[in-house]
Amino acid sequence: MNVIETNGLGKRYGGTWALRECTLAVPTGHVAALVGPNGAGKTTLLNLAVGLAPPTAGAVTVLGGQPAGSSAALDGIAFVAQDTPLYQNLPAADLLHLTRNLSRRFDQPYARARLDELGIPLNRKAGKLSGGQQAQLALTLALARRPRLLVLDEPVAMLDPVARHDFMATVLAATAADGVSVLLSSHVLAELERVADYLILLARGQVQVTGRVDDLLAARHLASLEALALSYLREDPAEVTR
Amino acid sequence: MTALTAPARPGRDASPRPVPWRRMAWVTWRQHRIALAGVATLLGAWALYLWLAGSSAYHAYAAAIACHPASSIACGEILNEFDYAYGDPALHAAVLLQVVPALIGAFTGAPVLARELESGTFRYAWTLPFGRWRWALAKLVLLAVALVVAAEAFSLLFSWFFQPFLADGHDTPFAPELFDLRGVGFAAWTLAAFAIGALAGLLIRRVVAAIAATLAAYAGLAFAAGLYLRQHYAAPLLTRAPDVPGSAWVMSQWWTKGGRFAFGHPSNDLLMRLCPSPGPYKRPQASVAQCLAPHGYTQWTSYQPVSRFWPFQWIEGGWLLALSALLIAATIWLVRRRAA
Repeated sequence: MNVIETNGLGKRYGGTWALRECTLAVPTGHVAALVGPNGAGKTTLLNLAVGLAPPTAGAVTVLGGQPAGSSAALDGIAFVAQDTPLYQNLPAADLLHLTRNLSRRFDQPYARARLDELGIPLNRKAGKLSGGQQAQLALTLALARRPRLLVLDEPVAMLDPVARHDFMATVLAATAADGVSVLLSSHVLAELERVADYLILLARGQVQVTGRVDDLLAARHLASLEALALSYLREDPAEVTR
Repeated sequence: MTALTAPARPGRDASPRPVPWRRMAWVTWRQHRIALAGVATLLGAWALYLWLAGSSAYHAYAAAIACHPASSIACGEILNEFDYAYGDPALHAAVLLQVVPALIGAFTGAPVLARELESGTFRYAWTLPFGRWRWALAKLVLLAVALVVAAEAFSLLFSWFFQPFLADGHDTPFAPELFDLRGVGFAAWTLAAFAIGALAGLLIRRVVAAIAATLAAYAGLAFAAGLYLRQHYAAPLLTRAPDVPGSAWVMSQWWTKGGRFAFGHPSNDLLMRLCPSPGPYKRPQASVAQCLAPHGYTQWTSYQPVSRFWPFQWIEGGWLLALSALLIAATIWLVRRRAA
């Protein structure tokens, strides 16, 4: 089963193609890293995958053929958008209750225990939390929904190194504990090194390469994800000048 | 951060049942309770004023109509005094209340979608399993029903408050500052403002700009309805009777002679010549008609009789309800298909 599968997927905003002829399939059970320079189309691809935007061309399905944005797809996917937009004026407890009300499943004991571990008071408003705590709260809300696929858009871009490490540790724990597949975008390659075992490399709205990290590294005789990504990006003449 | 609580295993339903509609009740209340409290405060403060002012007005009115004999000059003075002391402030209140449906609609309707879009939280709410078009439908319908109920209750209080000033039949309930505050008008206009606000919020995606646009659109619609639309809800009646009741809504008056249009208003020259004034006072309309009639002039009046008040209320309420339903449906449709 593929957690995400796209076929000739394209998205145009105005006259600009943010994503073009994107065809890929990510099998279940991976932590897939969506990598590329700013403006490569990472957020666009994720928005299409979670059904926030309709495609201009092609098709995208998730979780073994469910149309993106369908009821079954929303049920199995938890999405943490860029900059973790939470209702800033709601206390953590109300965010839990809101999410529980709008979801079919919600693991309230897990969410409460997790916030307790993180030292996030239930009566603290989201807007009063630190960036790292907000990210952890958003991740807790997402995992408490017991998703089969966790989609994270630039989850650590705004976080300090400690918060990055803690956030990624939570993600890895979830994948190890119950096989949640993960699709996360980032331009911080170093952070993905330890976690990602599947790579989707985007540049200028097009897929440059996609596959298992181990296979790709072996094919190019490279040792790190960062070197791998750079080796592909440097082939693209437009990227060399950056 | 060493201990990492792990979530339980996910369920594997192939075709999930939708999340129950009733779950949106708490969500809507939690996210909009400040706006709803603001509406309750605004209407509550006005209701308190109307109740206090209305109570004393009723008291004074009872004393005025108890005066005997009713046609005496002394009794006329008391009624005049009542109109002056209570009728004018009541009309001022009615004028001020014109903005209330617009304010309620703009401040509750515009943020529903604009705040989500402005802060980015729609990416959270709309990717939860409840589903975004169901989310929009539930929120808009719940808020609309709450506003309509509150507005109609307030409107009933206003109708009670204003009753003494219409009871003598000298004033028309079709007056533009009264018509949309009584009957079903107030609730319908509040609903329309809310629906305009919701759609404006979705299209503009900024709370403050959407509120401003809502107020502007509402003002345009309210003026168009009051000045041009309302008078065409039914063809006006035509009468040659010189004394049309004050409760009727007079559209226009003109004079004919020999079956042909003569003039809109009789000129002063004509009146001096045909109706030499017995005193310095302006003569009442009926006596002008009486003195011009023997000279072949006929006064015509086109008007909406007061009996059409409720039909006109239902017509206006009906098209506003249809417009609001259309705007809300368009909003939901756009939420469902629109790119984020």
